[in-house]
Amino acid sequence: MAARLAEEWFTICGGCEVTILDIGEPLLDLLEKVQIVHMPVLMDHKLFGQTGEKTEMEIPEADVGLISGGIRTEEHKLLAQEMRRKCKTLIALGSCACYGGIPALANLYTTEELLTKVYRESVTTDKNGFPHEEIPALTDRVYSIGEVVKVDMSLPGCPTTPDMVAGALTALLEGRPFTLSTKSVCDECPTIREKKATSTLRRRLEPVAFTPGAPLNQMRCFMEQGFLCNGPATRSGCGGSEGTPRCIRAYMPCEGCFGPISEKANPMVDMMGALSTIGLDPKQIPDRAATFNRFSGAGRLRPAPKR
Amino acid sequence: MAKTLVIQPVTRIEGHAKITIQLDDAGNVNLARVNVIELRGFERFCMGRPVEDMPRITPRICGVCPWSHHLAAAKACDAVFGVEPPPAGAKLRELCNSIAYMEEHILHFYFLAGADFLLGPDADYSVRNVIGVLQAAPEVARRVVRVRHMCAKMLEIIAGKAIHPQAAVPGGFSKPLAKDERAHLRIMADEALELAKFSIAFAKENVFPKYLDVVKSLGVITSGFIGTVKENGALNLYDGKLRLMASDGTFDDFPYDRYTEFIGEHIEPWSYLKFPYAKKRGGFSLEDNAPGLYRANTLARINVCDFIDTPLAQAELEEFRRNFGRPAQLTLLYHWARLIELLYNAENAIRLLDDPDITSLETRVKVTPRAARGVGCTEAPRGTLIHDYETDADGMITNMNLIVGTTHNNAPINLSVTQAAKSLIHDGKYDQGVLNTVEMAIRAYDPCLSCATHRLDGKMSVRLDIFDANGSLLDSLAN
Repeated sequence: MAARLAEEWFTICGGCEVTILDIGEPLLDLLEKVQIVHMPVLMDHKLFGQTGEKTEMEIPEADVGLISGGIRTEEHKLLAQEMRRKCKTLIALGSCACYGGIPALANLYTTEELLTKVYRESVTTDKNGFPHEEIPALTDRVYSIGEVVKVDMSLPGCPTTPDMVAGALTALLEGRPFTLSTKSVCDECPTIREKKATSTLRRRLEPVAFTPGAPLNQMRCFMEQGFLCNGPATRSGCGGSEGTPRCIRAYMPCEGCFGPISEKANPMVDMMGALSTIGLDPKQIPDRAATFNRFSGAGRLRPAPKR
Repeated sequence: MAKTLVIQPVTRIEGHAKITIQLDDAGNVNLARVNVIELRGFERFCMGRPVEDMPRITPRICGVCPWSHHLAAAKACDAVFGVEPPPAGAKLRELCNSIAYMEEHILHFYFLAGADFLLGPDADYSVRNVIGVLQAAPEVARRVVRVRHMCAKMLEIIAGKAIHPQAAVPGGFSKPLAKDERAHLRIMADEALELAKFSIAFAKENVFPKYLDVVKSLGVITSGFIGTVKENGALNLYDGKLRLMASDGTFDDFPYDRYTEFIGEHIEPWSYLKFPYAKKRGGFSLEDNAPGLYRANTLARINVCDFIDTPLAQAELEEFRRNFGRPAQLTLLYHWARLIELLYNAENAIRLLDDPDITSLETRVKVTPRAARGVGCTEAPRGTLIHDYETDADGMITNMNLIVGTTHNNAPINLSVTQAAKSLIHDGKYDQGVLNTVEMAIRAYDPCLSCATHRLDGKMSVRLDIFDANGSLLDSLAN
């Protein structure tokens, strides 16, 4: 019998859903083994019944549940709890669901600061007040799914990768375990490392030194060239079956989108150590908290104390 | 007996929306609205950050059109730094834009909206989706899945990453294209062109004639349009000048950094999403054919351009204009215009791959921070995308304004849903097919509500004025 699959999305961009489609033709084989019972982006199952007459949100029973996006409204919380009740296995899909992702950069500011920027300080906007009627209940900050309900599996990445989604779903359907890498992006990066920086820290205003067409293993490590790279404190796996990390292939340093190497890791401490070890001064980086926790701000970033 | 219908979520669109319809004791619509429930606040948390980080952060506004934000951000950075990318840098960016467009237009036509047409608006919800399409037309569906996936692979070859890329940088593009990569891409581009040709022929034969009545009636409004054209008036999706056309076909052309003279944004107390309007044509008014009302996205671009500079798409444009005039107003023609653009992008990708500049090693110039304002625009699949940055002497963001494609369509979506609900729901009679048909009026706009709610947005609201059978206003509905 086909496994039943439910998917919900909260504070999202849709990139993880597009990643599911990017599985390509193997997706068609996978679709023969699952029955999608709820997935707003692709099918029309409605939360309050098909003609909207129910009073409580309801998701059908499912074997596997996927949630992308972090939690920002009370309704997201209720839906996360409904997903938890109805799904035997619950998966946090993508770095927003796992760690807050880019939207959790908003945790650096209060809600009032955000509203003022948007409705009072925008150049094109007529200043006729804040919208104020029927505002949905907001949570005080962005939460990861795991901060609100128990999550059985996390698939990080911004976005996550087709290989990882297909691998995890196939493993689940076949009753096999699925585990994430415990290595860092540096462990899968082919560039040359000599444990010594050749420059002080530089902003990304100029290209790294590389020979076009030459393999990446002839290029010097970004960090050792003085360009900040979050590779040392970031979980590997973004390169999928090809191995080489995705941004490195474009001659760009790692942004850190796969999040911390383990649940207990502290990217701040790891990055300060990685920079110091090769002779770079972390103090040159103006906003270290948000730079080193760029994708993991749920629970890690908070507004600066009032001066 | 009075009751409330909550159609949540609006499905097969990008992002969150719900429709609330209250019926009174007599079963007539008492109140109806569409809300979008997301919030993020990019304009605030980008402040104080290095401007060169914007092409890395802002694509997270939307994972469906990440390339649009990525490129608008890179172009705004170019303007801030006062540089022009070398030809290869600009052409690699435009190539990625055209490939990303193909991926998105294929996604929307076949995976999101297509089920309404291929299986019918009234089909059961359990089959009215991409799985149903797979069963109804397995060979077409397999081909579509393969080509869409191939477009993602093309982007990975050029830029390392298809979604949330990093390769467009201030001053150009981070990675030159190797000649063997170009040869590989050229073969893939040919296959994409074949699918584009097939798609518009298929739709003209099997879809549009069958649904002509729906096309002529559902969500119909009259408005102006916005889009991007080259200096010579040709359609362009990566670079050019902005053109804002009124419903009578007259238009103003202006460079990106003068958009604030032409576009205002109105706030309604009942919606977090702002309402852009053409401010030189009149003030804001949420009424059909209001002077300030304009639309963005595929139909708008097809209307504002004088011609398309690729032969197959130009032939389609001529046929389209013979049938529907210029500007064409019928809302469901967004789908037709989308397929013309799919064809243009396939032709444009091949043209760029055949350009000798594309494999040049000079893809990027060095940039130096300065205090400046820079406006970068692209045509995102869902409409004109404006990134406006100001920086201090160190190149840190001091101010930021974003207007995205779907936001331009806030008022038009309101009006089209109003029109659809008014024409479809009478005397309390409705079923899931009728409610889905109301959703089809939204789907034509291919709204990206993640994009639209990049700000700190609680919800987008649609106001419905509900009239009784005699045409008197029963209620004016808003949240």
